[in-house]
Parts: sequence; C-alpha cells; structure tokens
Amino acid sequence: MTALISVQEASKIYQTSRGTTVSLDRVSLDVEEGEFITLVGPSGCGKSTMLNLVAGLITPTSGSVLVRDEVVTGPGPDRGVIFQQYALFPWLTAQENVEFGLRLQGLSKRDRAQKARHYLELVGLKDFANALPKELSGGMKQRCAIARAYAVNPSLLLMDEPFGALDALTRVQMQEDLLETWSRDKRTVLFITHDVDEAVYLANRVVVMSARPGRIKEIIDVTLPYPRNEELRLSPEFAELRARVWRGVHHRD
Amino acid sequence: MSAASLEAPATDAAASKGSRSRQGTRSLVPLYIATFVIGIGLWAVAGMIADNPLIPSPLSVVVSGWESILDGTLWEHTSASLLRVLVGFGLGVALAVPAGFLMGWYWLVRGLVEPWIQFFRTVPPLALIPLVIVILGIGENARIFVIFLASFLSCVIATFQGVKNVDVTLINAARVLGAKDLTIFARVVVPASTPFIFVGMRTALGSAWATLVASELVAAPSGLGRMMQAASQFLDTETIMVGILMIGILGFAMDRLLLLVERRLTAWQEVRA
Repeated sequence: MTALISVQEASKIYQTSRGTTVSLDRVSLDVEEGEFITLVGPSGCGKSTMLNLVAGLITPTSGSVLVRDEVVTGPGPDRGVIFQQYALFPWLTAQENVEFGLRLQGLSKRDRAQKARHYLELVGLKDFANALPKELSGGMKQRCAIARAYAVNPSLLLMDEPFGALDALTRVQMQEDLLETWSRDKRTVLFITHDVDEAVYLANRVVVMSARPGRIKEIIDVTLPYPRNEELRLSPEFAELRARVWRGVHHRD
Repeated sequence: MSAASLEAPATDAAASKGSRSRQGTRSLVPLYIATFVIGIGLWAVAGMIADNPLIPSPLSVVVSGWESILDGTLWEHTSASLLRVLVGFGLGVALAVPAGFLMGWYWLVRGLVEPWIQFFRTVPPLALIPLVIVILGIGENARIFVIFLASFLSCVIATFQGVKNVDVTLINAARVLGAKDLTIFARVVVPASTPFIFVGMRTALGSAWATLVASELVAAPSGLGRMMQAASQFLDTETIMVGILMIGILGFAMDRLLLLVERRLTAWQEVRA
C-alpha cells in the first residue's frame, strides 16, 4: 500500500543575513489515506515548514515530498490548507468565501451556491452565509475557513495551528466540531499544534518534533477509538498518552 | 445582514461600535455649524477693527460672488478650472493605478520605474512649469500636464504600497484553492489594495487643486487662478476671496464624494474611520 503523503529525507535550509538556519533536517514521514496526524513540537521545530512543503507553498532544499506518488511542485486544490489567521477574503461574504475555490473549478453559479450552503451547514454557519468576515467571531471565521477548504473536495487537509488564536473554551468546542465534521466527511488530516492535549485528542498518530535542527523525534500511536468525547479526556489512557507526548516535547536529550 | 445579527458576539460588538460612532458624528454636526458661524463672525469683526479697505468683509465677498455669478464670469472661470482638474486628475489616476499595480506585481517594472517616480516625487510639479512651457507651450496642454503629473505621482505610490501590503496569507489561501497568477491578481490583489488606491486618489485630488492655480498663472485665458491673478492687479480682494472660497468648496466637495464612494466600496474593512 502506498502512502498518500510521503516525505522523503526532506530538508529546508534558509540563508539569512545572520547565517544559515536548518528549519528541517532530513525528515521522512509517510501518511496513509484517512489518517489524522498531528505534528507537535516547540516553536522553531519546523512543523509549519513541513506543512508548507506538503502544501507546495515552499520547495525543499533537498529531498522530496510526494502526494499519491507524484512529486509536489506547487499548491493545488487536492490539498486544502487552513491557516491560523483564518485568511478569509474580508471583502467576500462567508458564502462567497466558500465559493471562491468552487468558482475556480468552473462550477455553475447554482451549483456553487448549493455546495457552499451545504458546507456552511456542515460547520454550523448556515445562518451566516451572507455575513462578512468582520461580522464573525474568531471561531466562526475558522469554521468558515474549514468549510472553504472542504468545499473544493481535497483528499488532504493541512491545518496550521488553526485553533491557536482562539480562547480555551472555543478551542475545545472547535476540536469537538472538527472531529464531528471529520467523522461525517472523512479526509486525511495533517494538523499542526503546540498544544499537547489537542494533539492527543485529535490524532491517531502524534508526530513529536524537536527544534534546531527540525527533526522528527518520536511518533506515538494514539490507540484510543473514535468517536472521541469529553469523557475520554479524563480517562487514564488519555492521561498516559498525554504524558508520553509531553515528555517527548519537553525533554531534551 | 439580518441573519448576521442573530446571536454572534462579534456582530453585537460591531453593531454597538457602529452605532457609537454614528452617534458621535451626529452629535458633532452642531459643532461644525457653530465653528463656521464663529469663524465668519471673527472674520467680520477683524475686518471692522482693521478698517482697511483691502480686507474684505464677508458680506462684500458674498456680494462680489453673487455679482460674478449673475454676469456669468464665475461660472466661466470655475468651469475652465474644473475641467482642467478633472482631466488632469482623471488621466493621472487612470495611469497611476495600472502603473502602481505593475510595480507592485512585477519586480522588473518596479526596478525600472520606481527610481524615476521616487525622484520626481521630490521635485514639486510646479518646478517643472518653466520646462513644460518651453516644451508644450503656454496652451492648455501644459496646464493639464502639470496637474496630471501631480495627480499621477501622488496616486502611483499609494497604489504601489497597496499592492505591496497585500497579506501574503490571502495570496497563499487563493493559491491553495487553485488560483493562478491572473486570478490572484484580479480577485485578491485588486480588492485588497482598493483602500490604498482611494487614499491615493484623495491625495491626488489635493495635489491637482494645489497645482491648478499656479498652472493658470501663466497666460491662461480663463480659470479661477487667472481670475484671482487679474483681480490681484486691481487690488480687488473680494474677487480673490471668491476664488479662494470656490477652490475650497469644490476641493472639499470632490473629496467628500470620493470618500462616499470609498466607504461604499470598502465597507468590508475591519476598521472604519
């Protein structure tokens, strides 16, 4: 079985005026179809670099990134990206934002509207289709961005600390909602976070990274079954996994 | 909009903020009127105290203005000036917006064009008048060219800044949704830089009016600058004041008009004045 994503010995080196920064150092990772992977690690561990490589927004200095056995050379609608800063187009309504990618796929006006409504409903924003981003709260903006990414039907969702700017309560709610959306409409997810709790709660595999140079330190299988709920967060199994990830993130060797 | 006001906390916050600022503008209007009345009153008093026939009273300026409206001279001069400003400003903006976009989008254009613009920006357009007259003569072309140049230089920089300031995340968001360069330009860069273009247009309008009078000083057959220049030779300060007020009123009205269009086109912005 071939992996959906295959990162092979990828390195990313930045030359700055202050010298050379090795953002990623010969990292390899395979992700199977349908997996929910979280990448966790301290800042500077190259987790965002990794995501941008898979997204095709940057190219590796050496090594390669394959999606379905094809080398990634640029971004494409088969890989949806959800950014921490929402990145909604502020001059478009929620629905027009979701339609943006659909329009590029050449869908008719009616099909676009229908599809956009469907995905807005999926993320619970049905009543806000005509609202501008400035009228939405942070959590609603991010839900709209998720709907926009889902709408173009990517096989892979790349999420770059999507809930990092939200308050703790909204964040937990968004995690629930994301898993709920994901269970109804399964995609492969690569999710970046620096929150250990979040990493364990969402993933079937947690990839722990270390900084300077950015490397994969450990990959931890999360054996907890889906669907997951709040009870699970209080279980001893969860606590144990969280402790393992925590040690992985915070211990230096 | 009605759907948006259901229960979202952000909507409530935005709405209350909006009404607060609306209330603010409403309560300021009496002050605006009061300050005008006081200002004109002070002018009248100053005129009486100075007791100098060369300092016109508000009333004599109104009378002079009314007379020039009746005999058609004010309209003749105003329309001539207005036409120059509109043509010069229109051409300036029409060229500045695409030029600014090209500079912001293509490093090659930027490298070749920006030094010239930065250089000529530091030269006041009026300083070019002697040269322009030699080359283009003392006709209408010379006057419009100077106004055009003033408008263009103000607007091109703002547009260029607008394109440079477009949030990279928005461009990336469009790219990952499958947008290519042309789409990104039309659907992301253009709308995102619209607020900057309007700032540029308003500055350009100011520059256009600022350049107008000087451009009319040299052998213009008509125009507000011409009218004031002629009146100056007869110590006719009333007519000069009429010209100054006319320029002020027209400049202000056009600026407000642009502001109105801007508000309508950029209502999506998070922060509004």
